[in-house]
Amino acid sequence: MLVSMTINGQEHSHDVEPRLLLVHYIRENAELHGTHWGCDTSNCGICVVLMDGEPIKSCTTLAAMADGHEIITVEGLEAADGTLDPIQQGFHEMHGLHCGFCTPGMMVTGRWLIDKHPNPTQMTDHEIRDAISGGLCRCTGYNNIVKAIRWAAAYEADAAGRS
Amino acid sequence: MATTETAPGKHPDWVAHATGDAFGKITDAPVGFGHMKRKEDARFIRGLGNYTDDVRLPGMVHGALLRSPYAHAKIVSIDTSAALAHPKVAAVVIAKDLETLGLAWMPTISYDTQAVLAGDKVRFHLQEVAFVIATDAYAAQDALQLIEVEYDVLPAIVNARKALDPDAPLIRDDKVGQTDNLASPEWEAGDKAQCDRVFAEADTVAVRDLLYPRCHPSPMETCGMVADMNPETGQLNIYNGNQAPHAHRTVYAQVAGLPEQNIRILCNDIGGGFGNKVPVYPGYVCAIAGSIVAGAPVKWIEDRSENLVTTGFARDYNMHAELCSKGGKITGLRVNTLADHGAFDSTAQPTKFPAGFFHIVTGSYDLDGAHCAVKAVYTNKAPGGVAYRCSFRITEAIYCIERMVDALAMEMNVDPIELRMKSFIRPEQFPYETATGWTYDSGDYHKTMKLAMEMADYEGLRREQEEKIANGEIMGIGVTFFTEGVGAGPRRHMDILGLAMNDGAELRVHPSGKAVVSISAQSQGQGHETTFAQIVAEELGISPNEIMVRHGDTDKTPYGLGTYGSRSTPVSGGAVAVVSRKVRDKARAFAAVMLETRPEDLAWEKGRWYVKGDPERGASIESIAEYAYGPNPLPEGLEGGLDANAVYDPPNLTYPYGAYISVVDIDPGTGKVTLRRFIAVDDCGVKINPMVVEGQIHGGLAEGVGIALMELISFDEQGNCLNASFMDYLLPTALECPEWECGETVTPCPHHPIGAKGVGESACNGSPPCITNAVIDGLYRAKGIKHMDMPCNPARVWAAMTGNAQPAQ
Repeated sequence: MLVSMTINGQEHSHDVEPRLLLVHYIRENAELHGTHWGCDTSNCGICVVLMDGEPIKSCTTLAAMADGHEIITVEGLEAADGTLDPIQQGFHEMHGLHCGFCTPGMMVTGRWLIDKHPNPTQMTDHEIRDAISGGLCRCTGYNNIVKAIRWAAAYEADAAGRS
Repeated sequence: MATTETAPGKHPDWVAHATGDAFGKITDAPVGFGHMKRKEDARFIRGLGNYTDDVRLPGMVHGALLRSPYAHAKIVSIDTSAALAHPKVAAVVIAKDLETLGLAWMPTISYDTQAVLAGDKVRFHLQEVAFVIATDAYAAQDALQLIEVEYDVLPAIVNARKALDPDAPLIRDDKVGQTDNLASPEWEAGDKAQCDRVFAEADTVAVRDLLYPRCHPSPMETCGMVADMNPETGQLNIYNGNQAPHAHRTVYAQVAGLPEQNIRILCNDIGGGFGNKVPVYPGYVCAIAGSIVAGAPVKWIEDRSENLVTTGFARDYNMHAELCSKGGKITGLRVNTLADHGAFDSTAQPTKFPAGFFHIVTGSYDLDGAHCAVKAVYTNKAPGGVAYRCSFRITEAIYCIERMVDALAMEMNVDPIELRMKSFIRPEQFPYETATGWTYDSGDYHKTMKLAMEMADYEGLRREQEEKIANGEIMGIGVTFFTEGVGAGPRRHMDILGLAMNDGAELRVHPSGKAVVSISAQSQGQGHETTFAQIVAEELGISPNEIMVRHGDTDKTPYGLGTYGSRSTPVSGGAVAVVSRKVRDKARAFAAVMLETRPEDLAWEKGRWYVKGDPERGASIESIAEYAYGPNPLPEGLEGGLDANAVYDPPNLTYPYGAYISVVDIDPGTGKVTLRRFIAVDDCGVKINPMVVEGQIHGGLAEGVGIALMELISFDEQGNCLNASFMDYLLPTALECPEWECGETVTPCPHHPIGAKGVGESACNGSPPCITNAVIDGLYRAKGIKHMDMPCNPARVWAAMTGNAQPAQ
């Protein structure tokens, strides 16, 4: 079947099997390897991408279900001129990653949280931990992921204040 | 940097992006030790990491494994004809095909053998039976359904304590002379007679049966491989994230009978290891055999169930422990352990130590006598026995002694910290010879324990607890004080499969004064590309931004045994310090020629040699490098260039330690444990990069939360694994982890070149007994419950609260 979607602003269209998972479409058909796969059962959050602005687990979403929708992956965070998204910079600044495998899912979730929160600089620790609790990380113990998201929120507020 | 030029199919900008220089701010990095953001982050935060599943090669096909639905069964017949008829299937491999290649069985890292594909019978649930190769991964899965296997089911042994019963079915009938299920005869350490005397004179004895249950390291990236055998050249390229690439290459050369120089292993980036990526797995051998058979590159990536059920589990130690005291101080320890190794003995241990370093079980205490004995059995469970964020069974040892100290304090009716303080090895006793034969190099345990007590406000917590318990609430306070032995190890004592546990380093300073250091350690997220550059920077005064760390490619790095057992900094870090000093010495000889003086008249300050008494006259490392490669006169006896090699053989293990305190609240209505606070004071000696050290501690603490509260691999009576997905094998999320409260003391290791001790596993060793002690402390003070085994999940805590605690098996 023909499936078409926008990934990071680019149109993609492929003839695929109806059973093809979105994570495999992104990795194999769109050839974007930044989105990883981790568990098959929606438990680990490694494969999280944004569909129409909302985080979804692409390992339990069919490519066909994304037909006509807009997907953002980790590769879509960076600006066209190579400027990092503050969430990317925050993960670097606060040592929010070790092996990097869960990082794409954590970053797009963090991006979503900051975008949807009415007052990102006032997010409680519990709000951040709750938001990322659909994802698993074996390396960081989460403290620095929480700090990385907070760093990005503060940076953006600061930048908005300056402009 | 991981090997970039061999990353087929990557984004064309990959090389340009994958350097730390992508960040303006990284230029404020220290020239040496100190807080420094990681160079490797640049590619990971852009989604440009290069993990095994990201490798794409022209003509690549996909493998999948058919696995046994039974834990113990004879294989009557295998019919692969329907699978072979599938239009997308290239080949189906079963045991008898492997026999013709000599690959049906492979050696384990404990000198046992393991079936690559089962031919005679299956011995554990989901054991490998057939390997399908198809043109796409979905078709390979489809074809598995088309293979028909007839089994004759046998009774399974899943309980280690029943494995040696006279009527127990024989699991390893493949082994000549094997008549029972004993996997490893009794191994012991310590003076038994002296230990018995100490117990005879004791005031108080605590006795407990402790089970450190089977759990799983569960890195977020599962295991996998792309094997690419070139039939024309005989060159085998293996893309595989593993923790010991050089040792793996040697094993493949032995298993496959291929020339070792024709095998190249490329680890690229690894999505976590934690011991799970130490062994060689049947899937790897199948991928290699598949590439030989199919004449094309074969990718095999396991799914999560395969990872959880069949790859290296950890622990499964049944410990009968006795700890005694006299005059208010701990005096003796006796432990008898029964280890469950599963169907094949592939426990990861140095050859001379079948129970790993379990005999470090005397912990941080000055004992008059100790004895431990360990024997191991085969069961119909998956093989493994890997060290899950652990240095060779030290996790089990620390759990044993730290649970027992709390049990003894309970029997003596004294505070558990008070008993520890009275029993610690004192600072003036170092170097300290333990009752089981270890030589601890350094420590000030009292100081570290006191700092943890201050950070926690220990007395305040005890007062709060008293009030809460009086109020009907259940609050527990847990304590541990651990000593680890890491950085295996001295070659006179330690090898794996006959390979001495040393590590190599090669350092080249280029004419521009910029450097490449190649190492045999293998990062799985530990930040080696930053911290090893910092070691060179500290020794030579070159900015870490101008030092590339090369790892993960056996063609381009020196031999060494890899990264596990917290050995990167203790062993490989030692090699990098030593090789840097060799270059520094060579630079001194060049500087003497340049400055027209004698080498002994020169003094070093970071980055330059200068004339003693005339500091203005000097030569920077950059100018020396330029000179060394230029058309200039050479120092006598030296060749041109500025480079060196080293192989580091550590004189002893290093002994990091720490004091941990945790606070839990237990819901009296449900048994749910909430970890409210965790205070961790670690002493890992000199720190290369405190940010990375703290990150390692955070990660280890979280894994400890999982082990103490939720992680369990269990089986039903037929041997079916009951924890085959993350729905049933629970890992901690951000919500189960508190904000970690970390502190430090710094006691440099006296025998390590930079005084470092290794830290990757400390927190995962110290936290499980600390949290378990907290749970039992709460249950004891509120309900009089004296013991339960991990994991302390709500159902099991509830059972313990109601007097029905059982081992989790």
